[in-house]
Amino acid sequence: MPEDRSIQELGLDEYKFGFHDPEEYFFKTPRKGIDPEIVAMISKHKNEPEWMLEYRLKALESFLSKPTPRWGGDLSELDFEEIYYYIRPMENQGRSWDDVPDDIKNTFERLGIPQAERESLAGVGAQYESEVVYHSLKEEWDKAGVVFMDMDSGLREHEDLVREYFGTIIPADDNKFSALNSAVWSGGSFVYVPPGVHIDIPLQAYFRINAENMGQFERTLIIADEGSYVHYIEGCTAPTYTTNSLHSAVVELIAKPNARIRYSTIQNWSHNTYNLVTKRAVAYENATVEWVDGNLGSKLTMKYPAVYLMGEGARGEILSVAYAGDGQHQDAGGKVVHAAPNTSSLITSKSISKGTGRSTYRGLLKVHEGAVNSKSRVECDALLLDENARTDTYPYIEIEEKKVNTEHEATVSKVGEDQLFYLMSRGLSEEEAMAMVVNGFIEPIAKELPLEYAIELNRLIQLEMEGSVG
Amino acid sequence: MLKIENLRAEIDGQEIVKGLDLEVSKGEIHAIMGPNGSGKSTLANVLMGHPRYEVTGGSVMFQGEDVLELEPDERAKLGMFLAFQYPSEVPGVSVANFLRTAVNSVREEELSPMEMFRLIQEKMRVMQMDPKFAERYLNEGFSGGEKKRNEILQMLMLEPKLAIMDETDSGLDIDALQVVAKGVNELRGPEFSAVVITHYQRILRYIEPDHVHVMLDGRLVTSGGKELALDLEDKGYDWVRQEFGSAAQS
Repeated sequence: MPEDRSIQELGLDEYKFGFHDPEEYFFKTPRKGIDPEIVAMISKHKNEPEWMLEYRLKALESFLSKPTPRWGGDLSELDFEEIYYYIRPMENQGRSWDDVPDDIKNTFERLGIPQAERESLAGVGAQYESEVVYHSLKEEWDKAGVVFMDMDSGLREHEDLVREYFGTIIPADDNKFSALNSAVWSGGSFVYVPPGVHIDIPLQAYFRINAENMGQFERTLIIADEGSYVHYIEGCTAPTYTTNSLHSAVVELIAKPNARIRYSTIQNWSHNTYNLVTKRAVAYENATVEWVDGNLGSKLTMKYPAVYLMGEGARGEILSVAYAGDGQHQDAGGKVVHAAPNTSSLITSKSISKGTGRSTYRGLLKVHEGAVNSKSRVECDALLLDENARTDTYPYIEIEEKKVNTEHEATVSKVGEDQLFYLMSRGLSEEEAMAMVVNGFIEPIAKELPLEYAIELNRLIQLEMEGSVG
Repeated sequence: MLKIENLRAEIDGQEIVKGLDLEVSKGEIHAIMGPNGSGKSTLANVLMGHPRYEVTGGSVMFQGEDVLELEPDERAKLGMFLAFQYPSEVPGVSVANFLRTAVNSVREEELSPMEMFRLIQEKMRVMQMDPKFAERYLNEGFSGGEKKRNEILQMLMLEPKLAIMDETDSGLDIDALQVVAKGVNELRGPEFSAVVITHYQRILRYIEPDHVHVMLDGRLVTSGGKELALDLEDKGYDWVRQEFGSAAQS
């Protein structure tokens, strides 16, 4: 196994978190690639109930039978046979920080996750490799009946709930990558918020991929029961390797009547990662679901958080920001389906492209017949930092109902000479001026994030932009 | 403090400034007046280093330093300031955030957050601006008057040694004009010089110039005291053209 302990001093505009710890594992699938044996081994190792094994095997069939999508980004270099599908870093999950092994703590330290976060922020479920290694939950939440644990524990401890909802929002055969995830999923979060319970402090999970060639297939299911509120937040970063890495998550959200779920993500994958994620939510009567989604890094990201507005008065919001640097393609957007009257939605998408980077907005707005008085607004803004950068917009709109109000607005802007000159005439260097324009551009998204995440988002974008001028 | 000699500048291959000379001493306020198209705004932009203009000849010395090779931010750090005729909008960046960044960029030592807060409050009071203004995004949706006030606010915050004001008076009503003039007079003193570029002499009633120059076809064709501005008001630019047009062409 690699023994490179040094923090790689990478050049400008390269991934800054590209170090990795020596890999020490209790379990690793014996070989790369995927087949029924591997899937059965994963399930057996986790002591899963029979139905989950069946579910996985059926999903595998679906995965193998589906062709790799040819729309969106270029997946031709993605080789499913070159990936490890399951690694487990520790025998048991640490319930307290002291139980977490030192090298894992080191990694967190290098990522700069503040120690204070553990104390001020209540639930920290940090995913290292395929399992959550550190997990804590404030006592009052336990008392209130809130469940926040990794998905594997969720399956063990709340099998009935999991069995009832797992895969109901995103069926295994929804698409090739949801099928893959359903076959080999590991880790992720399971959250249940009982009726009427409001969790004011966000639940946080910090994800990280470490092992070379390892796919990460986390699976998250959040159920907000009637009239409850939860904000789940997740930030990701991954180290740099020379061979391609795959991240393919499935996230399902269920907002029961009058409930509200906000799901915030900042993803910063290393530049060779394929980030192919399926995220979907259903919102019942007067429920609200909000996706706040920041996409940095990766070689290719394909991600379109969706909200299905199933009950009258439901509301969906999707805010996304993507940064595509040299050689990167961010194919992101959002999907809203209005299936009930008086529903409303807002999609705000912001993308920044630099160098040979390419950003794509791909969105679907669908209004079913009978969804009268639905309101929807789609706004996508692209910012190009130089001449070579590219942006495309594919807004699909299908309206079957006449009594609706939909708006769509798309803008493309370049960081202008005049704008830079103006800022520089006040003493800002060209890089500082560029960073200021970019930070202003993403401000509408950043202000929706908790402060420390907003700062992290700005900092990450600045790191990515270093050396981008001149 | 500022010495411009035989300055020539062009944009897209067309020469706009055609051999201009000007000397501004410490503490002086100079007005440059001229009809539309005489090259006034080009001069302002060239002095601050706009990348779109190409300097093809001459020199610009500021405090003994040749600034033509310097980037705009380096000129700002030397103490030069340009009040823009059309300031750019920067969505998502609040006026307060911008002022903080700019002030700390030109200063050798950064201000503490509390000092900065007080300074912004104080200068906004001078400019008779609502404190809420500081939270608005820079120039986004500002009225013409608000933009100009904001320019002068920046000038007060940055305390430049030399301010170039590019038609700051255009489009202002009399109240706004007085506030803008008040801002400039606030800085007036032995350490502050200004070049006030304007089409009309109106602003010069409130900012009294030590010298007035008339610009025509890329050059300063005549200079005088503040009475020259009044002459121009009476006689109009046609008089200037008749009197100096042939000289400018030659």
